[in-house]
Amino acid sequence: MKRSAFLLMLITGSFSLFAQSDKYKQAMLQRIAELESAVPEGKMLTLANSFERIATAEKDQWLPYYYAAYCQVMAALTEKDKSKTDQLAEKAENLIKTAEQIAGGGNSETYVIHSMIATARLSVDPQSRWMLYGQSSSDYLEKARQADSTNPRPYYLEGQYKFFTPEEFGGGKKAAAPLLEKSIEMFDSFKAASELHPTWGKSAAAWFLSQCK
Amino acid sequence: MKFLLICSFLCFTMVNSLNAQTLIKGKVRTPKGKPVPGASIALKDSYDGATSDSLGNFEFETTEKGAWLIQVSAIGFKQLEQPLEIGNQSITLDLVLREAVDELKAVVVTAGSFEASDAKRTTVLSAMDVVTTASANADVTGAIRTLPGTQQVGEKEGLFVRGGSGEEARVFIDGTLVNNFFYTSLPDIATRGRFSPFLFKGTVFSSGGYSALYGQALSGALILETIDLPEKTTASIGISTVGLSGGYQHLNEKKNASWGLNYGYTNLLPYFELFKQRPDYFRVPAFHYGDANFRVKTSKTGMLKFYATFQQNELGLRQPDIDSSALKNAFSLTNYNVYANLSWKERLGKKWKIYIGTSYSTNKDDIQNQLEDPDNKASQIEEPPFVTKSFDMVSKSDLLQVKTVIDRSLGTGLSAWRIGGEWLYFSDNLRYRDTFSVHTKPQDQFKAAFTEADIYITNDLAAKIGLRAEQSSLMDRANLAPRFSMAYKVGLKGQASLAYGVFYQKPERNQLIINPSLQFTKASHYIANYQLMTGDYTLRLETFYKEYEDLVKTHPKMSNNGRGYAKGIELFWRDKKTVKNVDYWFSYSYLDTKRDYLNYPGMLQPNFAANHTASLVVKKFMTKWKMQVNASYSFATGRPYYYFAYDPNREVYTVGAQGKTMPYNNMGLSLNYLPTIGKDKAKAFTVWVFSVTNVLNQKQIFNYNYSYDGRNKLGVRPAANQFFFLGCFISIGVDRTQDIINSNL
Repeated sequence: MKRSAFLLMLITGSFSLFAQSDKYKQAMLQRIAELESAVPEGKMLTLANSFERIATAEKDQWLPYYYAAYCQVMAALTEKDKSKTDQLAEKAENLIKTAEQIAGGGNSETYVIHSMIATARLSVDPQSRWMLYGQSSSDYLEKARQADSTNPRPYYLEGQYKFFTPEEFGGGKKAAAPLLEKSIEMFDSFKAASELHPTWGKSAAAWFLSQCK
Repeated sequence: MKFLLICSFLCFTMVNSLNAQTLIKGKVRTPKGKPVPGASIALKDSYDGATSDSLGNFEFETTEKGAWLIQVSAIGFKQLEQPLEIGNQSITLDLVLREAVDELKAVVVTAGSFEASDAKRTTVLSAMDVVTTASANADVTGAIRTLPGTQQVGEKEGLFVRGGSGEEARVFIDGTLVNNFFYTSLPDIATRGRFSPFLFKGTVFSSGGYSALYGQALSGALILETIDLPEKTTASIGISTVGLSGGYQHLNEKKNASWGLNYGYTNLLPYFELFKQRPDYFRVPAFHYGDANFRVKTSKTGMLKFYATFQQNELGLRQPDIDSSALKNAFSLTNYNVYANLSWKERLGKKWKIYIGTSYSTNKDDIQNQLEDPDNKASQIEEPPFVTKSFDMVSKSDLLQVKTVIDRSLGTGLSAWRIGGEWLYFSDNLRYRDTFSVHTKPQDQFKAAFTEADIYITNDLAAKIGLRAEQSSLMDRANLAPRFSMAYKVGLKGQASLAYGVFYQKPERNQLIINPSLQFTKASHYIANYQLMTGDYTLRLETFYKEYEDLVKTHPKMSNNGRGYAKGIELFWRDKKTVKNVDYWFSYSYLDTKRDYLNYPGMLQPNFAANHTASLVVKKFMTKWKMQVNASYSFATGRPYYYFAYDPNREVYTVGAQGKTMPYNNMGLSLNYLPTIGKDKAKAFTVWVFSVTNVLNQKQIFNYNYSYDGRNKLGVRPAANQFFFLGCFISIGVDRTQDIINSNL
């Protein structure tokens, strides 16, 4: 009798323990699954806040900060009111810097975010900012490549930048296509370190590639 | 068994009650009741929370129970944290966020100042605008002349701001005053600034009411900040219709230090052969320019910058003498100029910032003027007015200065308090090579101390209060100049500012030599400004009143009996959106000014002031042609000119004759062609520049010179109606990043 009560307590106890460690993973997976649909639905900021809540609760995980920064910079890139872009970009930068602190330094994925932040800032006033942020954006992509040569995202982003750059300036669909193709090849063979690590970009790369043809 | 059942039931209800969702909903708003959309609401240290919608509403469910902290944050607002007891009942919250005082949203005092930089939100022009304005011809002050408050003066260098003469606006580089910013004055020809616009990343042009950190300028201040580290190592070469240039800029591998050298040689001989000039240049203008620089990032927040230039130039020109139809004046100049500036900025802890700047300049002008007969032979006539026309002099001026500013931020916001001082040592040496003039060597140890506070009462209301004290050893006089300005936000994008200030300036060197007991000249500024700024449009309206006291009179004796006033209304409009790929700005200034100074017989509108001035600047980038087209049009109504007749019996000057010049029109055009832009594999970046001033070849008369007896007058016209420039500038990036990317593909 006593034994079964003890057993029950043990079971429920371990169950709740298990639930606790699983909670982080479940919450992350659920939100990561929303990443793709958040852009068309205009929910990037909501998702960014959601990741940030996990980040502040967990404190020692860099990935929630990373995803919060990613959502924030996506919001900056898609913001139509250019007077708000710099503020969003700044917030994204603070988040990614915190992620890097926790991760013990920058890595290929955080450099990708830095590059996107520079691009968002560039988009506010391309004519007067391209010298500074254009350079910094491509420098970060280069750093991302050097940190992890298998990461497809730097190639996808470069392809995307080229896609939006006028042909006269060395961009255009022709210049974008080989980069996007290469990124898709790399996406296919890319192995994320865990199911929580970033995998985004493939479907967008495929979409841009389809527009190049 | 029963016990077990009860126990498990209890467990279940416990678990159930633990898992029961509590609804938390509410609204996030400002103290005034406006909704705050996009705010993040979080139960601190849990995953639960929400984001407010466009009406500020939010709701979420949580399984948490007990005492928690609710945390609310939104961009531009102070974070809110308040305790929350969660039970089984749903909770409705009314959350009030207060605006954070932050740089992006806070008001900035804009009365009297125009800023050109890429870093700040309030800037009206970018650093690139300064370089690419059509009429500017790559002269820093050229772009400034398209802004309201400035005059279109073609016969003399300097910025003529709001009824002030060219001497009343001073230039500061990295915090310190620059002597001889412009090339040495020539008779009736405006000279250019000595410094390349590419040297500066930030420009603040103040047409009045400027900060207590600066002084010794009655009318305006042009505050320039030099560039930081270059983005990569580059070599550059340039070739143009007027000369050659080359340079090398090295960035170290850690990207925290750089050094560079540049040299340029300009010679106008080929150009003057092709395009005839009005003056007869017997020594064609030739300029040597060399500079050296280094910049070191001393820490994450510290920057040490050094810049030095050496310049030598010479020219000689012959113009008809106004007092005789046969005689000519041959003016000849050799100039040496050295300028060096070393500055250091650092953040000390979280609250403190320090700036220390020092600069040294030495300028030597060797000037001769000779009266010549029709065969260009020296002619000596020992009677007025000819007797004083021939001279031979050497003028040397040195300036050494040290300046420091300590800045402490107050509270958590943008409020700050600054204190600092400067010490300037002016040493002049004027020596005439003739027999009757005196050799003078005035020296001045000039000291100033200043303090200034930026006070942000809220995001919407800010004030700047400053005080500046100055003392000159040469004059043995001191002054105390208060400055005050405030800004208030009107609506989301607009703001209104007010500025008041007292400004002192030393009399000119030559005047102090004649009468060393002169006092400081004085101006008081009153400015009201409204600015509306969206991402694509800028509208500025400004009105001012300026009072001049103690201006220097040269007659009947050298004294401070002069005075004057200036008032006006100015408009600035910039639009980057209405026409696709076209960016334009328009400025208009109305000026009403009179002054009694120098040998003026009374209160008169000075000959450098026009009542109405307007400029239109248009820039269009044609992507398809890889070309930027810049055009500008400047217009000014005629300026007054005078003949002051001397009555030897009464020993007074009277207005013997006066008139108004024709209106001023100048259309400028420049084309920048960038053939290599966007080419990945290009190792060089090339820019072709073609520019023309006065495209429509309109007649320009800036002023009239009168003969000694007032019977003859002669229009002052530019050396040539138009100026054409063609140049090609190539920078070669030694950085191989692009190659690495390409080889990886």
